[in-house]
Amino acid sequence: MDLNLLKRRGPDEWHIAPHGKMRVPGVIFATESLIRDMDEKVYEQVTNVATLPGIVQASYAMPDAHWGYGFPIGGVAAFDPDVGGVVSAGGVGFDISCGVRLLRTGLTAEDLQPVKERLADTLFHHIPAGVGSTGKVHLDRGEMDAMLAGGAKWAVGKGYGTHEDLEFIEEHGCMAGAEPEHVSDHAKKRQQDEMGTLGSGNHYLEVQQVVTVFDEEASSVFGIREGDLVVSIHCGSRGLGHQIGTEFLKSMAVSASRHHIELPDRELACAPINSEVGQAYLGAMRAAINCALANRQIITHLVREVFADVLPDAVFSLLYDVSHNTCKVEEHDIDGTPTRLFVHRKGATRAFGPGHPDLPPSLRSVGQPVLIGGTMGTASYVLAGTKESMELAYGSACHGAGRSMSRHQALRQWHGRELVKDLAARGILIRSPSLRGVAEEAPGAYKDVSEVVDAADDACLARKVARLEPLVCVKG
Amino acid sequence: MHPSRFETGQASWEHFPHQADMGVRGIGPTKEAAFANAAQALTAVITDLVSVASLHAVPIVCEAPDDELLLVDWLNALIYEMATRKMLFSRFAVRFNNHSLHATAWGEPVDVARHQPAVEVKGATYTELSVKQDQQGQWIAQCVVDV
Repeated sequence: MDLNLLKRRGPDEWHIAPHGKMRVPGVIFATESLIRDMDEKVYEQVTNVATLPGIVQASYAMPDAHWGYGFPIGGVAAFDPDVGGVVSAGGVGFDISCGVRLLRTGLTAEDLQPVKERLADTLFHHIPAGVGSTGKVHLDRGEMDAMLAGGAKWAVGKGYGTHEDLEFIEEHGCMAGAEPEHVSDHAKKRQQDEMGTLGSGNHYLEVQQVVTVFDEEASSVFGIREGDLVVSIHCGSRGLGHQIGTEFLKSMAVSASRHHIELPDRELACAPINSEVGQAYLGAMRAAINCALANRQIITHLVREVFADVLPDAVFSLLYDVSHNTCKVEEHDIDGTPTRLFVHRKGATRAFGPGHPDLPPSLRSVGQPVLIGGTMGTASYVLAGTKESMELAYGSACHGAGRSMSRHQALRQWHGRELVKDLAARGILIRSPSLRGVAEEAPGAYKDVSEVVDAADDACLARKVARLEPLVCVKG
Repeated sequence: MHPSRFETGQASWEHFPHQADMGVRGIGPTKEAAFANAAQALTAVITDLVSVASLHAVPIVCEAPDDELLLVDWLNALIYEMATRKMLFSRFAVRFNNHSLHATAWGEPVDVARHQPAVEVKGATYTELSVKQDQQGQWIAQCVVDV
């Protein structure tokens, strides 16, 4: 991105002055080197989001921002319904509530060594992943609606996991306001065989070890120490969320002119929050959030089953579960007035600071755990929300490394078989049904996750707590 | 190396890069051919097109107010059929009737070992979306798909 387009407001904060039809400024949080590497499309998309009706304060981009659809991936924007604010299907995206969950195992990385290959094979065998895979849970119409209304809470009621898990999931495992009646038959049909499946692309299940602790106080509250063995699950609302995104993108694009909304890009398809289509979308999108929460809860249960067989001393507990692609109603302080806003996070993590009432009491002193997924060959991070973050971008932080290279380029540069071999030589076991999929997800096709995390830490969006490195990775 | 471009006579498809995802482009002497070729490009995002046998026919109908929305609807209808039937498609016949599209897609059930499907496509997007004729009269139908 051309630095001349931006005004630097701090070491890691860059502003785009309102121009043209922008209603608010654009703000990008990143180091100079990340900004230089950012696609010009991020500038265009941050600018476009700033033109939407009812946007409050600014259109934000996180340090991992890259070219998305309508919104940049890593985009955050909030809208006020009382001044004509909108909800945007494009601003949430196709993979509604895609997110990361981190599980403690009560074991250390040393415990894994004697059974590492067996654990990798058993996880791969037991957890459905990739195109065409089907889950073990099949829902009839009534159960589908109960799942969409109940989320992870529904899953726990069905025997997948424990009530203690729910406390450490955003919304306590159940998104309020879900309206399964606004989820189409097509979306429900697309989901009927997909509960408890990982999906493909950048989704994964990893067994990781905690290699570095940066913040002793926070890590002690989060219950992790150097050497600990943990499990990360990255996936979303599967076919149901994709179908809801597809259908509402179209209905919002078609109805925009009726609502007198001028779209600079059809992908920004949106509708007034206080409109029929806006309300229907919110009901359906919240149901998709519940689908994602239930899906990660079922996969957690499958992980527990595998460990009970291979490493029976494991005692699982949930560190936290975060969602990346959502629109949530939150109260934020705007010019000294608590204001109810519809906060869109597209490829961005909620990162509430210490003391926030939505956090579980045991985590409240340090802030929300922020789980940043890396690549299968690098690292993932645990961060904590900060007080400053609440004022910077509605308590939001980055969500991952972000791609630096297209799948196209990655396929030209890497071969799946060699990557699997190279990573195995480094002690990282990859299990995937598709070698081409592995090549497209090559670690080198992503930005340096450590640089992204350092930028988030420097900008005070979240503070670093621990670094995790992969030992086993199941890719879809 | 999996092909990212295919050409025969006047009809062809290709992929074009998007930072996080993949662009699909169908090119042909008619709008019908361009739409059918864009569908081939869609399958090629997932697997090697030549590995997919055209054994079973699936009828597809969709409707949209303009050509561009119709292209997105067409690709999304295929994504839906692939997801719910657990199939991959390799051959397509498309015809238009005003703002509606009537098509047949031929394919076979996914065989993970043989097809090695790289990614599942979540949806067709409005990014880089266009349906137009170039100066030589060739039709080009394209958009980015989210994977």
